Amino acid sequence: MKDDPPLPSLAKLDEKLRAAEAKRRKTKTRSEIQGQGLGFALRIGVEIVAALIVGVGIGLLLDWWLGTKPWFLLLFFVLGAAAGFMNVFRVVGGLGGQVGYRRAEKPKDEASGEPGKDSRTDG
Amino acid sequence: MAEAGGMHSPLEQFEIKSLFAAGEHGEVGALTFTNSSLTMVAAMVLVSAFLILGMRRGALVPGRMQSLAELSYEFVAGLISDTVGSQGRRYFPLIFTLFMFILFGNLLGMLPYSFTFTSHIIVTFALALLVFIGVTILAIVKHGLHFFTFFVPPGAPIAMWPLLIPIEVISYLSRPISLSVRLFANMLAGHTLLKVIAGFIGLLGVFGILPFALVVALTGLEILIAFLQAYVFAILTCLYLNDALHLH
Repeated sequence: MKDDPPLPSLAKLDEKLRAAEAKRRKTKTRSEIQGQGLGFALRIGVEIVAALIVGVGIGLLLDWWLGTKPWFLLLFFVLGAAAGFMNVFRVVGGLGGQVGYRRAEKPKDEASGEPGKDSRTDG
Repeated sequence: MAEAGGMHSPLEQFEIKSLFAAGEHGEVGALTFTNSSLTMVAAMVLVSAFLILGMRRGALVPGRMQSLAELSYEFVAGLISDTVGSQGRRYFPLIFTLFMFILFGNLLGMLPYSFTFTSHIIVTFALALLVFIGVTILAIVKHGLHFFTFFVPPGAPIAMWPLLIPIEVISYLSRPISLSVRLFANMLAGHTLLKVIAGFIGLLGVFGILPFALVVALTGLEILIAFLQAYVFAILTCLYLNDALHLH
């Protein structure tokens, strides 16, 4: 009987605290997502172009060396495009343990509930 | 920056000018000290002054300059421990130097009449190549021939290897290019855009207030980009370093 009145108030307080926390987290992630999006935008376009440059470069070099005019260029153009798409896929997904674009594994596990922080390492 | 009349080409700001030269100018093998070299030296001197003067007092309760110096140190140290872990601490000097050099280069370019050395691909490509070659050598020294398994996607069927390995190799080789092109293109595009829009101010007369407001806003954005690009360069270097140290 006596401990009945404090219980609802505590629960209410807890609820309020949680709501405030959620609100704060929400605003925080929104600003983080904005910064993250900008970093993203700056990275992605370049990835495709860079892979294409390398592919075409290798193709031209092999053609010049072996005298097989268009064939290696065509082959490596396609391979370069594939590599570019794969790079973008990795940046966006942050997965697929491949060359470079794996999401950085945290050596010390931080609070994993922060979605913004993790992907910020990507861009 | 706000040249009235748009008489100047927006690309003029990127022109390399020789300040003084050892040997005939334009001759192969001549050493010329250009405006690009001057801003690089200026960036180096400013970074050193910033850190040395900031930490001179070494007070327990830091003053303004010391706070800034400590902030930049802790920022890069946090970056490394987040992405590479404790093993990355040995490479702190390299990453800190790269970060500060690029950051100060970008910010120096924001001063009117100055020169942005990071807007030249040869500068950024040299930096990226340094990172790329260093990281590759590190990985080979650390893991030996095991390094080459890096190019084989784990869990892929052997039938797919002839297709996947070239793609992985291209992907790996594209790293220095994407690293350098990103920095160079951002700085080049931003500064060109600023100059083009600033050229409209004089041409439009009273309505020049519109491009003027835009230039003010873009200047703020450019400063943000200056920080962001230095940050991106540093964090990608960290990610590559992490790969080299830990492979799969």
